[in-house]
Amino acid sequence: MTRPLSDDDLRAMMTHMIGARVSSQRAFNLQRQGRAGTNAPIDGSEAIVVGAARALDPTADWVLPQYREPVALQRFGPEVLESYVRYILGDPDGGHIPEPVRVWPPQISLATQVPHAVGMAWGMKRTGETGCALVFLGDGSTSEGDFYEAANFAGVLRAPVIFVVVNNGWAISTPVASQTAAKNFAAKSHAFGFPGTTVDGTDILAVYEVVSEARERAVSGAGPTLIEAVTYRLAPHTTADDPTRYMPDDELVAARGRDPLTRFQKELSGRGLWSDDDTTRAEADADAVMEAAIQAAEADRANPIELFDHVHAIRTTRLERQRREWIDHYGEDPR
Amino acid sequence: MTDSPGRKLSYVQAFTEAVRLEMADDPTVICAGEDIGFFGGVFQSYAGLQTEFGVDRVVDTPISEQAIVGLGLGAAVNGMRPIVDIMFMDFMAVALDQIINQAAKIKYMFGGAATVPLTITTGGGAGMSAAAQHSQSLEALLCHIPGLKVVYPSNPLDMKGLMASCIRDDNPTVMVKHKRLLGMKAEVPEERYYTPLGEARVIRPGNDVTVVAWGKMTNDALAAADTLARDGIECEVIDPRTLQPFDIGTVVESVRRTNRAVVVHEAVRFGGLGGEIASQIQENAFDYLDAPVARLGAPFSPVPFSPDLEAAYIPSQERIVEEVRSVMARPLLGG
Ligand SMILES: Cc1ncc(C[n+]2csc(CCOP(=O)(O)OP(=O)(O)O)c2C)c(N)n1
Ligand SMILES: [Mg+2]
Repeated sequence: MTRPLSDDDLRAMMTHMIGARVSSQRAFNLQRQGRAGTNAPIDGSEAIVVGAARALDPTADWVLPQYREPVALQRFGPEVLESYVRYILGDPDGGHIPEPVRVWPPQISLATQVPHAVGMAWGMKRTGETGCALVFLGDGSTSEGDFYEAANFAGVLRAPVIFVVVNNGWAISTPVASQTAAKNFAAKSHAFGFPGTTVDGTDILAVYEVVSEARERAVSGAGPTLIEAVTYRLAPHTTADDPTRYMPDDELVAARGRDPLTRFQKELSGRGLWSDDDTTRAEADADAVMEAAIQAAEADRANPIELFDHVHAIRTTRLERQRREWIDHYGEDPR
Repeated sequence: MTDSPGRKLSYVQAFTEAVRLEMADDPTVICAGEDIGFFGGVFQSYAGLQTEFGVDRVVDTPISEQAIVGLGLGAAVNGMRPIVDIMFMDFMAVALDQIINQAAKIKYMFGGAATVPLTITTGGGAGMSAAAQHSQSLEALLCHIPGLKVVYPSNPLDMKGLMASCIRDDNPTVMVKHKRLLGMKAEVPEERYYTPLGEARVIRPGNDVTVVAWGKMTNDALAAADTLARDGIECEVIDPRTLQPFDIGTVVESVRRTNRAVVVHEAVRFGGLGGEIASQIQENAFDYLDAPVARLGAPFSPVPFSPDLEAAYIPSQERIVEEVRSVMARPLLGG
């Protein structure tokens, strides 16, 4: 049964959506200023990620993101954003989200996170843990063999896993129509032998509802669920992209009219739970949190010597020798 | 278009021109890959080709690398001369079964009856702060597989002629474009020409030391050679251009004159092609060598995301200069 959302939940969800967009836009600007590497904005997917996160138990469940989601996983702890900022600044430590936070680092090699999620869920089943694994993947990523093979596995193993396909209409310049001839992505679940459902990804409450049900199925031993959450990519694919060359303007304008943030803001205002002042405050708070994360990351930049630290669990003789050669060449701390 | 002597093309434009000329002449030349059609490819390698030749000959595919290569193979065996694109060389790993176990072996496994005039194009190399899964130099992996040809141009002139030869070759060929060379400009003839696969080119003659380098490293080796020339050290810079089959004859002939050799590559040094080349030099010119053959490559670590770490990671002009100087000065200790 779906846990009813309290007013505090609802306000937190709104705050997190706003925070996600603010952080994402700052990350984008950081790249423009030459202070961060390539990164992928979340604009348009906030309701999907924040809504799904609210339906999970951060002390029991795991989230495996693709690459847009980390800025919207505040519910799992501030460490997710802090690590993400380090990550886009290029620090190898950014890939390490400290325990006990149950979130994997961003995944760039498409769909490879899907079998990982099934493996985690399978492991949880083996050890008798009561949680589940939720994995995000894009519409484009569903075309990879990793997705089909992992989803099939999940069905066979009845693994406690939730697949959330973020259908934002595009995979770089490739529209969904070139990605699949199926009438929707949820339909693919039939072939795997478990339920699939399509949800409006701009409606955070609807997302919360379907993910809650999927979690219930997962932890009760009923197996996986495939959720297709439909939205529209409101920003460039990444900092390296120019969507004006392929994205029809009218489509984008129409999608902006269905902005998930505006939609939920209206909903909460109508219930007397949100005001324009709240928006201003949430934006300022998010900006301050992001600023602190950036400052911390910039104050502690990666040392070239760290290159050899995580290649193997313990540095081999070769790595040890190379590390010494680098120290001879660059010094202990050339930063 | 008229013949204009001195017309300059970029490395990537030279690639596109080679494809366009072959497509114009031969309806069996077809292209498929992620984002190559409407958008022209994330590196614009296929820019304008869909407009010119239609959506049936320049196809935007789903994100399915394994199927992209397999599809090209099937079409090739059936009389087409397909060009398939894998956006980043790193993602050839997704398609390695089709590349290693199928494309490379089909002729052999069919008792010679099948012909696979397939060209696989891809973007390789580091230096863009594109992180560990978008920056690798995996040419040694491919060169290890009998049946494949591997081509890696260092400039626009060779790019056009080599790409044309790849398309016309009746074997599966892999054309690697270095991402950092895409904008490099040089004079390129407008007419069609074919640069033979398997022929190295002496890019700069010299008598003191032979430097073998490909892709972006050829250009860095040339710059290093300029620096060294000021101190009276004359490098003979050889660009193998094709890595499989490898023109060892040109290298050996050179080393017999210079008596010293340095092999430079961007790939990880351990297990890189430098080992094979050094070994063949040693087998064929042992009595001529005045110093051990030196190998310069990346350290034994993934390519770092951080621009600072990446700059330290990739063999630089300065390190080529240092390596050549130490080969001139004294025998080296291995690494
Ligand atoms: C295995 C692999 N192939 C290709 C790419 C290049 N690439 C990066 S993002 C992307 C599009 C992904 O689209 P989608 O899964 O819909 O996610 P979205 O970006 O829309 O969130 C592609 C093709 C990659 N990163 N990994
Ligand atoms: Mg998408």
